[in-house]
Amino acid sequence: MVQTDAYIVLSLVLFVLGALGVLLRRNAILVFMSIELMLNATNLALAAFARHWGQESGHLFVFFIITVAAAEVAVGLALIVAIFRSKRSINIDELHQMEG
Amino acid sequence: MFEAPSFSSLNLDVALPGIFLAGWATLLLIVDLFIPKERRRLTVWLALAGIAVTFVLNLVMYNRHEEAFKGMFIADPFSGFLNIVILLTAVMGILLSVDYLRRTGIERGEFYSLILFTTVGMIFMAGANDLISIFVALELLSIPLYVLSAFRAPDLKSEESGLKYFIMGAFASAFFVFGAAMVYGATGTTNLPEIFSALGGLGQPGGPSVFLMILGAGLIIVGLGFKVAAVPFHMWTPDVYEGAPTPVTAFMSVGAKAGGFAALLRIMIVGLPILTVNEQAAAAWQTTLWLIAAATLILGNIVAISQSNVKRMLAYSSIAHAGYILMAVAAAGTPGIGDQAAQAALVYLLSYMFTNMGAFAIALSIEKDDGSGTSIDDFKGLGKSRPLMAAMMSVFMLSLTGIPLTAGFMGKWLVFQAAIQANLIPLAIIGVLTSVMSAFYYARIIINMYFGEGEGDSAEGATSYVRWTVYIAFAGTVLLGVAPMLVTTLTDRISLAVSMLP
Repeated sequence: MVQTDAYIVLSLVLFVLGALGVLLRRNAILVFMSIELMLNATNLALAAFARHWGQESGHLFVFFIITVAAAEVAVGLALIVAIFRSKRSINIDELHQMEG
Repeated sequence: MFEAPSFSSLNLDVALPGIFLAGWATLLLIVDLFIPKERRRLTVWLALAGIAVTFVLNLVMYNRHEEAFKGMFIADPFSGFLNIVILLTAVMGILLSVDYLRRTGIERGEFYSLILFTTVGMIFMAGANDLISIFVALELLSIPLYVLSAFRAPDLKSEESGLKYFIMGAFASAFFVFGAAMVYGATGTTNLPEIFSALGGLGQPGGPSVFLMILGAGLIIVGLGFKVAAVPFHMWTPDVYEGAPTPVTAFMSVGAKAGGFAALLRIMIVGLPILTVNEQAAAAWQTTLWLIAAATLILGNIVAISQSNVKRMLAYSSIAHAGYILMAVAAAGTPGIGDQAAQAALVYLLSYMFTNMGAFAIALSIEKDDGSGTSIDDFKGLGKSRPLMAAMMSVFMLSLTGIPLTAGFMGKWLVFQAAIQANLIPLAIIGVLTSVMSAFYYARIIINMYFGEGEGDSAEGATSYVRWTVYIAFAGTVLLGVAPMLVTTLTDRISLAVSMLP
């Protein structure tokens, strides 16, 4: 059986990769996918911890995160589509209507 | 093994205000489809009626102290008081929107349902007593706000504001939820009082791992820090506040903050007060929050000085005010100060709510239909063209500065007192100095209104709904400044700190 620690290390690595993706990527869709990676790293950690503690509330948390992530996708993609229609670009570096 | 809880054991009536408003918002979404376009006002009145009923329900149960959903939700005076703040914000936000939406050509019925949905999120945030329910409430609060920020689409500024808020908000939620996972990993529970009990064995063999707890608490602070716009997680605030429709900016500058601080206070005071490195010392997160509060106060107040757009200025001012509330949260880390600090933070939120809604209402009155006209210079001559509004704006600005006899003073007084009691003297000094600094940019608006050369804006945006909002905000600002005992009798009942210490 794989140790819980190994899962946690993997999930930490995935989480950091996701966070770096958000900070370094310029395409809004890729930024968004990086956020999803962070959420899924969390799901992995929660599932591993739930097994470690032998109880359900961790699994329950995973389901809530999956559901909420789906709701976020709906709103996020709608916003990206809206901005693509007006600008023909989803590069987040070009979002600079407001400065100061 | 897992057993389905019986319906009555869920204690649903404890969460009634939130449940009622959620149902009402859903119904409103459907009912609105059948309301003809020229009678859109009906949607507004229905939304306000829903809030009014929720308000009454909340008052009826103000003194209760009961749990629902097996301890995941709690109704106590803390959530009761926050609900008052949140519902008043929603009422004023809706009143500000009515004519604004019409004159800017974005009048759509779902706006009011979205406002009600975020309000429900805030209400559940105030009562959430479990990391899972805090997360769900946080998302229910945030997701409609992303849409509301972009409500002025296809206006590019508004769309940008929505997308920026969305990316930063989702990023912050990911941090929060990862932090929550780490806390769960360390303690084996997501329930805040149970986390508190588990922390008794911190660092001992078989007890929670110190590494996971510190990592978890840190990530939770980062996640909620984004939500309440604390430095260094504030970058999104000015852009989002400037681009979003003004009533939405007003609503979220108070509402999202109230929700974020509710969760922060409850997690820190109920869940993690004894997350200490050595016993009897202040909580380990106190220094972190201390530094964040100091940075927030200094940066928010300094950058606000150089702003020329009043919405951006108020955005930096809202960052600065988050700093004062964070001061109270940091004070809560000293053992025994938790309740006093929570009360101070709540009074501060209430005073900030009245003052800030009033200031935004006046900024909205001089805004033009195309979204321009929100520069500081546009206030020039307002003292001549609209003397009453200028006078009230002056009071709001004085209250934001924290001049005695206004609500802002009461809030600051209590927060500073909590900080001093908690032995955070340097932080209190930074707070006083930055307050003095803030007088500079708030006074500039007053000077522009009375001594600026200019025709004076006719403030056509000040329709009767907007005027009523200003009157409510003004009454609240003055009343809270002159007779604070009206509110402190309500907050005196608040006790968060877990008294069942072993």
